[in-house]
Amino acid sequence: MSLNEDLTRMSAVELAHAVQTGEASAVEVATAHLDRIAAVDGAVHAFLHVDREGALAQAAAVDAARAAGNPPASPLAGVPLALKDIVVQKGVPTTAASKILEGWIPPYDATITTKLKEAGIVILGKTNLDEFAMGSSTENSAYGPTGNPWDLTRIPGGSGGGSAAALAAFEAPLAIGTDTGGSIRQPAAVTGTVGAKPTYGGVSRYGLIALASSLDQAGPCARTVLDAALLHEAIAGHDPRDSTSIPEPVPAVVQAVRRGQGDGIKGMRIGVVTQLGGEGYQPGVLDSFRAAVAQLAALGAEIVEVSCPHFEYALAAYYLIQPSECSSNLARFDAMRYGLRVGDDGNHSAEEVMVATRGAGFGAEAKRRIMLGTYALSAGYYDAYYGSAQKVRTLIKRDFEGAFGAADVLISPTTPVTAFKIGEKVDDPMAMYLNDLATIPASLAGIPAMSVPSGLAADTSLPAGLQIMAPALGEQAMYRVAGAYEQARNAAAGFALLDRIAALPTAAVPTAAAGR
Amino acid sequence: MTTAELTPAEWAALDDVADFDEAIAAFDPVLGLEVHVELGTATKMFCSCATTFGAEPNTQVCPVCLALPGAMPVVNGTAVEYAIRIGLALNCSIAPWCRFARKNYFYPDMPKNFQTSQYDEPIAFDGYLDVPVGDEIVRVEIERAHMEEDTGKSTHIGGATGRIHGAEFSLLDYNRAGVPLVEIVSKPIVGTKASAPEVARAYVATLQDLVRSLGVSDVRMDQGSMRCDVNLSLTPAGNPVFGTRTETKNVNSLRSVERAARFEICRQASVLTAGGEIRQETRHFDELAGTTASGRVKETAEDYRYFPEPDLVPVAPSAQWVEQIRAALPELPWVRRERLQRDWGFTDLEMRDLTNARGVELVAQTVAAGAGAGDARSWWMSYLAQQANSAGVELSELAITPAQVAAVIGLVSSGSLTAALARKVVDGVLAGEGEPAEVVEKRGLAVVSDDSALQAAIDEALAAQPDVADKIRSGKVQAIGAIVGAVMKATRGQADAAKVRELTLKTIG
Repeated sequence: MSLNEDLTRMSAVELAHAVQTGEASAVEVATAHLDRIAAVDGAVHAFLHVDREGALAQAAAVDAARAAGNPPASPLAGVPLALKDIVVQKGVPTTAASKILEGWIPPYDATITTKLKEAGIVILGKTNLDEFAMGSSTENSAYGPTGNPWDLTRIPGGSGGGSAAALAAFEAPLAIGTDTGGSIRQPAAVTGTVGAKPTYGGVSRYGLIALASSLDQAGPCARTVLDAALLHEAIAGHDPRDSTSIPEPVPAVVQAVRRGQGDGIKGMRIGVVTQLGGEGYQPGVLDSFRAAVAQLAALGAEIVEVSCPHFEYALAAYYLIQPSECSSNLARFDAMRYGLRVGDDGNHSAEEVMVATRGAGFGAEAKRRIMLGTYALSAGYYDAYYGSAQKVRTLIKRDFEGAFGAADVLISPTTPVTAFKIGEKVDDPMAMYLNDLATIPASLAGIPAMSVPSGLAADTSLPAGLQIMAPALGEQAMYRVAGAYEQARNAAAGFALLDRIAALPTAAVPTAAAGR
Repeated sequence: MTTAELTPAEWAALDDVADFDEAIAAFDPVLGLEVHVELGTATKMFCSCATTFGAEPNTQVCPVCLALPGAMPVVNGTAVEYAIRIGLALNCSIAPWCRFARKNYFYPDMPKNFQTSQYDEPIAFDGYLDVPVGDEIVRVEIERAHMEEDTGKSTHIGGATGRIHGAEFSLLDYNRAGVPLVEIVSKPIVGTKASAPEVARAYVATLQDLVRSLGVSDVRMDQGSMRCDVNLSLTPAGNPVFGTRTETKNVNSLRSVERAARFEICRQASVLTAGGEIRQETRHFDELAGTTASGRVKETAEDYRYFPEPDLVPVAPSAQWVEQIRAALPELPWVRRERLQRDWGFTDLEMRDLTNARGVELVAQTVAAGAGAGDARSWWMSYLAQQANSAGVELSELAITPAQVAAVIGLVSSGSLTAALARKVVDGVLAGEGEPAEVVEKRGLAVVSDDSALQAAIDEALAAQPDVADKIRSGKVQAIGAIVGAVMKATRGQADAAKVRELTLKTIG
């Protein structure tokens, strides 16, 4: 194994350490990952845009700061990251995987992007997703699907399939995801990686292209729980540009992970949600979950069963609220100020250009949700649809409040099934929507939730995920359990899940040598 | 004013509509007024862009007000305070908790293709405004005052009308997009009969006066910082059920408010009398013709798909804050005027003229600078009013301050200037020649108070017109004017006429 390959196999913590001690320069670390992307991304297609020049410049700045004797900008200084292409980055094409934004170069940075840059985290490029984050497979990208590094004929989850695949393909040790109904957690589960959705308002949404404003939340993706916690602390915190961001200190999640790994979780109450399991769940996924429960019990946690009766209505409520907000959020893509413009030939009115552009620029799923949302918000239907869905949302929050009275955290399988074949469900939106069955309740309630690998499902030999949910701002309990579980599972198995992923086909990399 | 003045062209346009008196005899008009006030905050409603009127197009914009992908709004706290100020001055209740809502519709000058507004949770509601109409007070109930953002501005190039139809292309300026507005909606105003047009005008005028005094907007209808939509319906006289209403937009002056209401009364009466139906529609007021015309008729009813704005947290003004704002409200303008009228001893007519000329505050400041109220009023309402009128500006826009006017008045009362000289001094100040004292100095305008110099001029004048002395001695005292005139001419106006008269009489004996 070459030095480069060693670097791409390292965790973010290890890479940061290597840069800080001078074992490797940030430029070497970035180059290794850029070369890896050049070698495998033709097959994986995790990236929509690779910013080699920008990444190397950022890495060089980290090295220069170290050479000047400055302390590291953050515990992750010099570590590369893959940014989901729904987060705007100044000067770098941002498309949200839609044709309607093809070629748009943002003139500003999202707050997350600014925080990453200030932390000395090196942004390698922008990752693929379902168009405007609508989907659970990344097949809705206007720029083609992403393959799951465990089996390239299968989906990497969605909407953040590109970010999750980049981690599993060792193209980046860290990634940013956004989660509206499960878009961080579900891809993490099906790629054997870690993904956390913070409490709603925990991470600024400024500069995040909105899908559903009351649900969207950006969060960290990584291969280990500790790496995710470090990234979580780097991007979280109050932002005056986002009125819904919480004016509270960032939860000390890194400390929580170390505590879980050191002191364990003895005496913590862990609730198994009755409604998130059973019918519709793949047997191998349920087996993996039961094994996780046994492992947590063996760590000394008190396992309790909790019932959340209104979760039954969560999916239906979600698919009213999310399309409703989406129909309004996507209205700004009208060809007037940026992005695609169709039919502007001097013979068509502005209104006609808007219609033609939206017709040509949005994909089928975007159109489907715009129509659903427009209908649900229409006079005469509002109370029955949007209004009722908001009531269900309140009931689900109450279910959680009750459950958190009996348990410190709640757990479930992250997804009902392991990665399915690309193309398998594209013609069946309902089957696709069911992928989010277990992740949607936490989204509706605005509480933090994360997915950690729970091993391979025996029936498919593909990764399954354990979802851990905590009360609002209860990230510390969530990360503590995640850290303890990950450590115990790896110890019991004798290896981390991704250590056993098969090698990917690699392309010859003509530019690799020139890059160094 | 009880009737709107119409030009001959306007009367001609009225040929196919009913006579106003006949219309009122058969129908009761029901008015509803929606007034948009652009708040005078330094920055926009949801971002920190400047709000200066008349800036180069698209120079006061940012990712938020251009609705770039990913950008998000944050509420301007000053705008909320201003809205509460307006609400309190209109005797409204202030919502302890309310939300913004999205009003969804597509239009090129609206960057997000939804307007962030308030829907069923306005910041202020259930108030009233007492409106003086002639000698009566009409109480207009206020339904609500809510916050929202302005749109950008479209300019349609080509085509005859400047309207979108027939235009070759359109230009968009987003400087105004996101400027904070408060929309004040009246409840239906009933029972006004023939005075409906006048009530409409008086309501908007009173509202303008009130909002101006609050210091939250310059309420310039000509610049669009105050805009009015006139809703009007007719119901057969004595029938309590409202008829179908029309909404007339583009009403850009107080006079137009009255004319638009009057025209709609006549037009609707004519349609109804002929057995027709009024279509619920938006109409545009034509300033030149004095008529209203149907706007674009939509095939389907407008459905704005309102829902609570998820990008913004609710606005929850504390009771303590609201009370602080209430305590800091200025004296109501009409209460203040009553007090000033008493203090100054002006007649009702004098005060009304002064108010109409927007001179009350100028006189108050002139008095505060040491002038007598009567002198202050007469300066502002005569000589300065003429200057403003010929320059086509407001009194307050003249290049002279109340303190300078007070200084001129002081020079006259001390005898240093005559009235005629004082006008020249004012001319100098208006011409930018400096403070009154400097103008006196530079132009050499001091009164000739040297008795021997005056005596010489009088002697000369009497010698030149010997018959005048005889006439005066025979009792025709008014003949003295010829002598005074000659002396004034000789001194180039720098003599005090009263003094000349006195000395002349003494000389003749």
